[in-house]
Amino acid sequence: MALLEIKNLEVQFPLGRKTLQAIHGLSFDLDKGERLGIVGESGAGKSVAAFSILKLIARPGRISGGEVIFDGQDLALLSQEEMRHIRGNRISMIFQDPMMTLNPVLTVGTQMTECLKAHRDISDSDAKRIAIDKLAEVKIPSPQERFGNYPHQLSGGMRQRVVIAIALLTDPAVIIADEPTTALDVTIQAEIMGLMLDLCRDHGVALMLITHDLAVVSQVTQKICVLYAGRLAEQGPTRTLIAAPKHPYTRGLVKALPQQNVPGTRLYQIPGSMPTLDDVPPGCAFNPRCSFADDRCRREVPEPRQIGTHLVACHHAETVAAA
Amino acid sequence: MEYIQFAVRRLLQATVVMFVISLIGFSIQDNLGDPLRELVGQSVSEEVRNELRQEMGLNDPFFVQYRRFVVNAVQFDLGNSYFFKKPALQVIGDKFQATMELVIGATLIIVLISVPVGVYCAIRPRSLITRVVMTLSIVGISVPVFLTAIFLIYIFSVELGWMPSFGRGETVQVGGWSTGFLTADGLAHLVLPSISLASIMLPLFIRLIRAEMMEVLETDYIRYAWAKGLSTNRVWFLHALKNTLLPVITVGGVQFGTMIAYTILTETVFQWPGMGFIFLEAVNRVDTPLIIAYIIVVGLIFVVTNTVVDVVYSLVNPTVRLVGQRQ
Repeated sequence: MALLEIKNLEVQFPLGRKTLQAIHGLSFDLDKGERLGIVGESGAGKSVAAFSILKLIARPGRISGGEVIFDGQDLALLSQEEMRHIRGNRISMIFQDPMMTLNPVLTVGTQMTECLKAHRDISDSDAKRIAIDKLAEVKIPSPQERFGNYPHQLSGGMRQRVVIAIALLTDPAVIIADEPTTALDVTIQAEIMGLMLDLCRDHGVALMLITHDLAVVSQVTQKICVLYAGRLAEQGPTRTLIAAPKHPYTRGLVKALPQQNVPGTRLYQIPGSMPTLDDVPPGCAFNPRCSFADDRCRREVPEPRQIGTHLVACHHAETVAAA
Repeated sequence: MEYIQFAVRRLLQATVVMFVISLIGFSIQDNLGDPLRELVGQSVSEEVRNELRQEMGLNDPFFVQYRRFVVNAVQFDLGNSYFFKKPALQVIGDKFQATMELVIGATLIIVLISVPVGVYCAIRPRSLITRVVMTLSIVGISVPVFLTAIFLIYIFSVELGWMPSFGRGETVQVGGWSTGFLTADGLAHLVLPSISLASIMLPLFIRLIRAEMMEVLETDYIRYAWAKGLSTNRVWFLHALKNTLLPVITVGGVQFGTMIAYTILTETVFQWPGMGFIFLEAVNRVDTPLIIAYIIVVGLIFVVTNTVVDVVYSLVNPTVRLVGQRQ
């Protein structure tokens, strides 16, 4: 059985009289030590999916259907206190912008030890020792000194290392990383991503990597989920998903990768842009941008179908794969 | 080292502000009424007046007079009150204690009520209590102090007879400071004036703390704190409250000075023997040295509190000093 199973997840945002559906019937699972990429444009529902696993969706959003099963437990049935012991303990999160994630008025040390003390019965000195060990493990120079620093005394890359160290403190089973390198300098991005990959491998931690950057996930993950307008577009093993995409949207994303283009030519772009939540067209949400679209696509929402190792939500998946 | 530099720079700025205040104070003395008329009355002949004027240096050029004023001022001499026939600073000083106790009483009320209430209203934005508090706070901001004061006197002194309506009551001397905090009678006299002085600032602070806290609760670092599985109390009262109170400290410092200015109204209604009360009397009597002494003392309190707030703020907020260093 998978470590983390998401089944038919539905997330709604009631706004006044209207209700916007951010996620429609999303399912995926994550095995122990597995690395999964969640890919999609801004607003596709990637972050909402991540936050709904921890039941931390911003108000007024709510999970309106489906199940999140972690380690055999349905998280919907847990009390607030039981849920608190999952957060930051069994499932850690890494946020996008390390400049905004750490509390500006508390030292690095405080923000590390408090996480240990929230989940373990541990003395101050032991907590400090573990924290400094972790700082060293994420390759922060002079960890003793950094332990007493405030976040503003560290660079962006250093802060993200601290956040990664915090995520690893409690030996979690899963780390959810929401665009962990997007806010960083390009030169540091690869370094941080490499560090995360190594640490997850060494500790046998499952990684759920959320990003809009297909190039990054393709290097790090074993499995990819592509989301479009709150629905699953395609899911499959990283290698075949990149090599032989079966959904027109995935195909467009892969074609847009700079590596796929002849140097000097114009980069490929999918025409149009993703609809906003209150403006999703009938039928397949991707149909206005799709060159394969026909009347059926404009009428009928495609359900995800198993085709080989992929799960594809497209009426014309076979045609796309052959094209 | 950087910290000392920061403090020194703040002190220099404070000195400049005091210099400007002294200039304003002196201009008032130079332009408001004729000191001789206040001193000798109408019956003295013009020659004697001119002689006195020459003797007192009132015919000297502006800057000579101003220099004399500053030199005296730094030696704590702001001239004698015409009415009390005593040094103006001494008159103010005697009343300073009463005013400070009133301001401290009001500050205590504001801090003890606004922090918990403001935090509650931020954490439970939809609850009935929050709605009631928010509505009342609008009313509170709009009602002038003297009206609040009169209402309080009417209800608690006149109708119910629970509280004294004027004066400081019984005070005891503690090392040259006469305080009403240590006697039951003194405390009873402090209640209504403190409440009415607090009444303008309290709603302001409740709203300020609520707004700040709500903003802080939406930040990434608070979401992150939740995601770390911290207890609710730790997220609210450490992670959020500490960030909430930083801007509140700044506003608080400025408002502390403003509150001293508001004491004029409160002290007048309650016949509270403080600086504000004496100031209004001085204005009525055109007692210029006393007016100037009041302005300079209040100006000094403003400057001192703001400087202290800046220095304290830099201690509480670790990022402030860094900004100073980069300059």
